[in-house]
Amino acid sequence: MTAEDQKAFEDEIYAFVGREVCPPTPARDDVNNAMIRQWTEIIGDTNPAYTDAAWAAGSARGKTIAPPAMMYVWGQEGFKVTTGRPADAQADLVNLFNKHGYTGVLGTNVRQEYFREVSPGDNVVMTMTIDNISERKTTGRGPGYFFETLATFTNQHGEKIGTQRFKVLKFIPQEQPATAASEQALKVPTRIASVRGHDNGWWWNAVDDGKVLIQRCKDCQTLRHPPRPMCGHCQSMEWDSIESTLDGEVLSYTCVRYPAVPGYPKDPICAVIGLGEGTNLVANVVGCEYSDVFIGMKVKGKVERVDEKTILPQFYPL
Amino acid sequence: MVANVKDKAVIVGVGNTKFSKDSGVSELSLAAQAVKAALDDAGLKPTDLDGFATFTMDANDEIEVARTLGCGDLTFWGRSHYGGGAATGSLHQAVMAVSTGMAECVAVFRALNGRSGHRFSAGVSEGVMTADIIHWGWYMPYGLLTPASWVAMFTQRWMHLTGVTKDALFEVAHTTRNYAVNNPNAFFYQRPFDRAEYDAARMICDPLQLFDCCQESDGASCVIVTTPERARDLRQPGVSVRGVAQAAAPDQEQMTSFYRKEFAAIPEMEIAAKNCYAMSGLKADDIDAAVIYDAFSPIVLWQMEAWGFCGFGESGDFVLDGAMRPDGRLPTNTHGGQLSEAYIHGVNGIVEATKLVRGTSLNQPNKTVNNALVTSGVGIPTGGAILGKMH
Repeated sequence: MTAEDQKAFEDEIYAFVGREVCPPTPARDDVNNAMIRQWTEIIGDTNPAYTDAAWAAGSARGKTIAPPAMMYVWGQEGFKVTTGRPADAQADLVNLFNKHGYTGVLGTNVRQEYFREVSPGDNVVMTMTIDNISERKTTGRGPGYFFETLATFTNQHGEKIGTQRFKVLKFIPQEQPATAASEQALKVPTRIASVRGHDNGWWWNAVDDGKVLIQRCKDCQTLRHPPRPMCGHCQSMEWDSIESTLDGEVLSYTCVRYPAVPGYPKDPICAVIGLGEGTNLVANVVGCEYSDVFIGMKVKGKVERVDEKTILPQFYPL
Repeated sequence: MVANVKDKAVIVGVGNTKFSKDSGVSELSLAAQAVKAALDDAGLKPTDLDGFATFTMDANDEIEVARTLGCGDLTFWGRSHYGGGAATGSLHQAVMAVSTGMAECVAVFRALNGRSGHRFSAGVSEGVMTADIIHWGWYMPYGLLTPASWVAMFTQRWMHLTGVTKDALFEVAHTTRNYAVNNPNAFFYQRPFDRAEYDAARMICDPLQLFDCCQESDGASCVIVTTPERARDLRQPGVSVRGVAQAAAPDQEQMTSFYRKEFAAIPEMEIAAKNCYAMSGLKADDIDAAVIYDAFSPIVLWQMEAWGFCGFGESGDFVLDGAMRPDGRLPTNTHGGQLSEAYIHGVNGIVEATKLVRGTSLNQPNKTVNNALVTSGVGIPTGGAILGKMH
């Protein structure tokens, strides 16, 4: 689809926003005990306020009420719907999506709000409009649009009893890589490891052996981290290393909350640690809450296995 | 030695594509659209171009853009490295080419599907893009994977040292949004937020919340740079490049310069400022408006300090006094910034700074803008430029 076609299609769908799907329509049956009893049995809701007339007579209301979540039930077509339904704005919108390849449909969520109760003998009147249509979204099911209908319910006196928003995704179905996905699911993800090259591999190998090393210039004794092949002070390429005691202080920190990345603990605390030896190291702070961490906090590090494949220095509050 | 480029290169055309979250077209198409729009603005043809400047990160080969547009001979192409640090870096390439005669007319562009394609906020958590993978290895295993996480680390320490609070971060994000509310090409056009919504927004990496972070966008921006002689014959009033600088400082890392004696600082931007001021013969008092790189709200504050609009730790009070606002000392990010217009890695900022000098910003301050500052990204090798009315 060219940008122009896309624009024309979107102009057409967005014109549906605000259109009426259903004018105010009274339910063909009033709220009644039989339907309430069947619905609560299926749901497994034993609240006596819905079905126990004797109990209800003694309650503050003096009578039973219908479960508020049933408000959409009263206006349903029933068996008649199997012989087709009359065209309305929603059906036209769905057809328009289908025509452009957005044949997939997924009800994503329903949100109800309740304002007033109804009891057997009342009549529920429903009005429905197309409330909003999202911009084009990329979803796991394929690219598509979310549209939301807004149904408003009143009683026979015109008093508002509730609203219901129903969100639907219309999408272009994508081939699901089913096999690959299930194989992936079997693997427990681990943290992303550093690659190990000439200049850094020795450092990570030492971590695997439980040690945090600090590179030291053999000529001028200057410590440096992260490791690199030449001393920035005297340009010597000769170096050895010392082992850090992992006594440190938090110089800065953050909690990486969003986005969550598979293989990592939720909300990891990362910090720049000033080591006693004088160099800085980025690592995790663990063993306390984020709210306990502060700049200047003294910490002690331990080299620990953090997942199946990863060994890292982790710092604990003193 | 001061670089000898003052007023030798002039911006004569600017262009943006539509900014969106899903362009539905290739990055090459976006590049061609933005360059064409800038050429049209200048009254030039594709065959008038003889050079291109962009980011090393840009996925479009110059020769592909040239073939797409129908350009003639090219005599210059230059790229600048380090993500958003290349915003005025690509301008720097163009100015050097034009002022030395290597090219007469250079298109500076950046084109990306930054939301529907590779998402920039993913940082190095998926598919590292360059050979500096060893560098990122010092951070990845701990979960410090994203631009927001790297900037948060600087922010937390800077707030601790200066006592600047979220009030100042809110002022940056909120003033910027209010500019975007008037800009039909901004993603957040007519969508303001208030303090309660700012405070309630999702925490991304403490202390950065959702509205402290820029968007990811699809789109492209372009400016055309040529000689003053050529500029005089063209349609738009010329906007001279008074000074332009690139800079890296000692112990510079890409986004993680955590190993300096005091790392709550951006010395590389101070060098860029010093050199821009020296080239242009201007000082902070001469800057009338600014487009300051705003991938995150706090980095705007640090740059105000680096460019000498206020001292270290004073930027909070500076903005809370209304400095960034339309009637303030330094109207800033009048297009809505990358926080609220679009994240085109700062090149939409060069477009806006040009408009401020022309006097055609949608939020043009009610004063003469003789000189406008525009800067590149923070935490990386970076740069900036001062634009002014062509004499």
